[in-house]
Amino acid sequence: MTPAQLIAAALLVPATGAAGIALAGRWPNLREGVTLAAAAALFACVLALLPTVLAGGVPQLFVLEMLPGIALGFRVEPLGMLFALVASGLWIVNSVYSIGYMRGNDEPHQTRFYVCFALALAATMGIAFSANLLTLFLFYEMLTLVTWPLVTHHGDDDAKQGGRLYLGFLLGTSITFLLPAIIATWALAGTLEFTPGGILRGTASGSVIGGLLALYMFGIGKAALMPFHRWLPAAMVAPTPVSALLHAVAVVKAGVFTVVKVVVYVFGVETLAGIRAADWLPAVAGFTIVAASIVALRSDNLKRRLAYSTVSQLSYVVLAAALLTPLSVAGAVFHIAAHAVGKITLFFAAGAIYTAAHKTEVSQLDGIGRRMPWTMGAFTVGALSLIGIPPLPGFLSKWMMFQGAAQAGNGMALAVLALSTLLNAAYFLPIVHAAFWRAPREGDAPHGEAPWPSVAALVVTAAATIALPFASAVPLALARAVGG
Amino acid sequence: MTLEHLPALQVMVPLAAAPLIVLLRHAGFAWALAVAASLFAFGASLALALEVSRAGAISYAMGNWPPPWGIEYRVDALSAFVLVLVSAVGALVAPYARRSVAAELPREQHYLYYAVHCLCLAGLLGMTITGDAFNLFVFMEIASLSMYVLIALGRDRRALLASYQYLILGTIGATFYVIGVGLLYLATGTLNIADLAARLPEAQATRAVLAALAFITVGVSLKLALFPLHLWLPNAYAYAPSAATAFLAATATKVSVYVLLRFYFTVFGAPLVVDALPVPQILTGLSIIAIVSASLVAVWQADLKRLLAYSSVAQIGYITLGIGMATRDGLTAAVVHLFNHGITKGALFLLVGGIALRAGSVDFGRLRGLARTMPLTCLGVTLAGLSLIGVPGTAGFISKWYLVLGAIEAGQAWLAALVVLTSLIAVAYVWRFVEAAYLSEPGSGTAVAGEAPLAMLAVSWVMVAACVWFGFDTSFTVQGARRAAELMLGAAP
Repeated sequence: MTPAQLIAAALLVPATGAAGIALAGRWPNLREGVTLAAAAALFACVLALLPTVLAGGVPQLFVLEMLPGIALGFRVEPLGMLFALVASGLWIVNSVYSIGYMRGNDEPHQTRFYVCFALALAATMGIAFSANLLTLFLFYEMLTLVTWPLVTHHGDDDAKQGGRLYLGFLLGTSITFLLPAIIATWALAGTLEFTPGGILRGTASGSVIGGLLALYMFGIGKAALMPFHRWLPAAMVAPTPVSALLHAVAVVKAGVFTVVKVVVYVFGVETLAGIRAADWLPAVAGFTIVAASIVALRSDNLKRRLAYSTVSQLSYVVLAAALLTPLSVAGAVFHIAAHAVGKITLFFAAGAIYTAAHKTEVSQLDGIGRRMPWTMGAFTVGALSLIGIPPLPGFLSKWMMFQGAAQAGNGMALAVLALSTLLNAAYFLPIVHAAFWRAPREGDAPHGEAPWPSVAALVVTAAATIALPFASAVPLALARAVGG
Repeated sequence: MTLEHLPALQVMVPLAAAPLIVLLRHAGFAWALAVAASLFAFGASLALALEVSRAGAISYAMGNWPPPWGIEYRVDALSAFVLVLVSAVGALVAPYARRSVAAELPREQHYLYYAVHCLCLAGLLGMTITGDAFNLFVFMEIASLSMYVLIALGRDRRALLASYQYLILGTIGATFYVIGVGLLYLATGTLNIADLAARLPEAQATRAVLAALAFITVGVSLKLALFPLHLWLPNAYAYAPSAATAFLAATATKVSVYVLLRFYFTVFGAPLVVDALPVPQILTGLSIIAIVSASLVAVWQADLKRLLAYSSVAQIGYITLGIGMATRDGLTAAVVHLFNHGITKGALFLLVGGIALRAGSVDFGRLRGLARTMPLTCLGVTLAGLSLIGVPGTAGFISKWYLVLGAIEAGQAWLAALVVLTSLIAVAYVWRFVEAAYLSEPGSGTAVAGEAPLAMLAVSWVMVAACVWFGFDTSFTVQGARRAAELMLGAAP
């Protein structure tokens, strides 16, 4: 297939997969077969694009002109390539995990669940490959809308409330800030195409550019920059596979992906560095990192702790991009992959604990490592990577960020990175300690591991976390290509 | 030969169909004739639009009396665009009406409904196509009178009161309009719109001309339900038969907007409207109040039809907001939204008609858990609702885009902020339906047999598909609207 056909396939495979899942709804095994087939086919399509992109090619696909001068179009550059690889690869693992989780917990509406999941992946591919801001915005909003049924899956009052926060924050920020920012960009630059070096150079004064940057950064609510982060913990009412793939990988990474994309290809790193319009951004991101870590530290609910950890980790990416040095931008890009494999493992573990032991709070986890050694072993790997223990991938991205911060001469960023590493350790290590070194409480019902598909999935992602540094040539090459 | 007379036939065919239906009084025949006439009008307007985009404006002299003595029918970029919208909605609602009317009206009134449908369609098309200010008044009365009847046919007794309210206010509006036209006649000695436009600059901004502008503004604003002249609309939409609501919501107010545009930009001309009286300021102010207040009121409605009616008042506010900008992008936004909101609201009211048929009422209490029994209908309402919000990938987004762009390019960032912030209120009222239909358990009041009849569902989904289609392929809407905007601002012939 030509690269253009591969792009089209990457969008259509999950979309037609969704239709197939809906049609196969009456036969659960066939239905899950369709999900797995679609996931495998999607990953194959994305993988087939990789050689072209690594060789410096830029596959393109033009669909139609949506507005005069603005196309619905797709272009695969290194950043989008990496994001698509991570999301589509993890969809396969997550689907296996979902089968164990959804059946193990006897969840209702499973067909709707898998349909929305496939649609969410289609939207994610659209975001990853979008050639301009309008296309990106189209799929960005689509991703919010198709994940809403997943967040409100249980349909009870908690789910309704979580869904309202989710929709309110994500649609609210994107409609009130992001859309006007895009339209203003169009009015200023006369184009919305993602262009190396940016499109806004010399179009407006520094203060206008600074204001526009603020609209973008707070408008991209999926990046969960404080104070617009509340939707992410609210989204934790969803079944855990949703939290794992969507609210640790696809949706939130779509947010930071857009942040990097806007900084690098709309504003241009040099433009921003030249007019010092982004000077406030590291401070906001730094504040988010520290504040969210402290909230995580104080949360007893495991998924809530993981969610606030995600809020904090997302701001690493924003901070690194905002430092505007080649190394920090590369670190930001690499952290998208590094955080994805680590955090999905942690969520898988949280879901496995819920399925096997029906436990949701950190304080209930004493001694659980003895009953669920695989799960808690994987959890430990993910946690260590996110703390930044060498040689795990979280260390690599932090290393690049430290270097970038030093290059930029930003002492605040260095201090934030150091402090947050301590905080990371403080909210992850006690869980590991309790699981393995404390005695189980009296009266706990005996249980073993979660159903095997779930365990297999979390072992795979933990293995991927360990393997990533040794197979880091591809992600690092892509990350460096973005950093320039 | 026939092609040459198409402008006349487009109005005459539905107009002649109405008395024919009354003479024969057979429900099935009436329906067939109404469908045929509506389809013919749609075909004719497509042919006219094609001809206009190919060869420029068409002028047709009624009865071969040359203008300005005789009545002229004139199709240009703006009127062709509105003709397509009105006739397309007419052609969709007519086949839809069969099951809906059969369920909601006593059998002896069926033929009446179709007769009035044809009459109303003829009136609205006539208002759009005519190039004569007084002839426009005649068609306005034809359309209005038939609307009063359409609303009064509703099975709820309150429909009579709603119709009466509208009759009083609509008559005041028409009177104001005709007073304005009279004053213009006084100042210029002509009623032909093109001729008026040519002679008004000589008459200058005399008191009579300004009074005419004021009278026409108020009169037409009543018809298009500009805040605070919208009081007739919620009841009228809520109590009219479902098919009539869909037809009226998608077309009636839109044609009135067209009349306003025609008078502002063709007859008076942008300079006079903008400079002599604070028309843009007033329009903008009222639009803002309309958008904010009606959106908020919509959120708290207990009945889906009333909710959508108040949403219409708000959405009309977006259209008049675009007119108030009086710039190319602003007018493009107004014309695009006129079309996009027409199809969006049309789709919504058609689907709501299906719900009304199956659930008996569209009270939110009856909508709980509706997605289980009417999944396709609920999905359609959700998609059209997204268009109402202005989510990308739907027609409504295109309107929002140009409204915000117009505001930004005019340096009025606060207007852009207002447009996007009020979209969030639309999220709130659309999501009231989504939560009720998808997340609530069916209550004791919900006993729904299943999806609406296939014909109704199919027609509704054609409209829903149009809402999505025109969110991606904007070559017809945006280019049509842009040509119309350029025509209005005198930038193009």
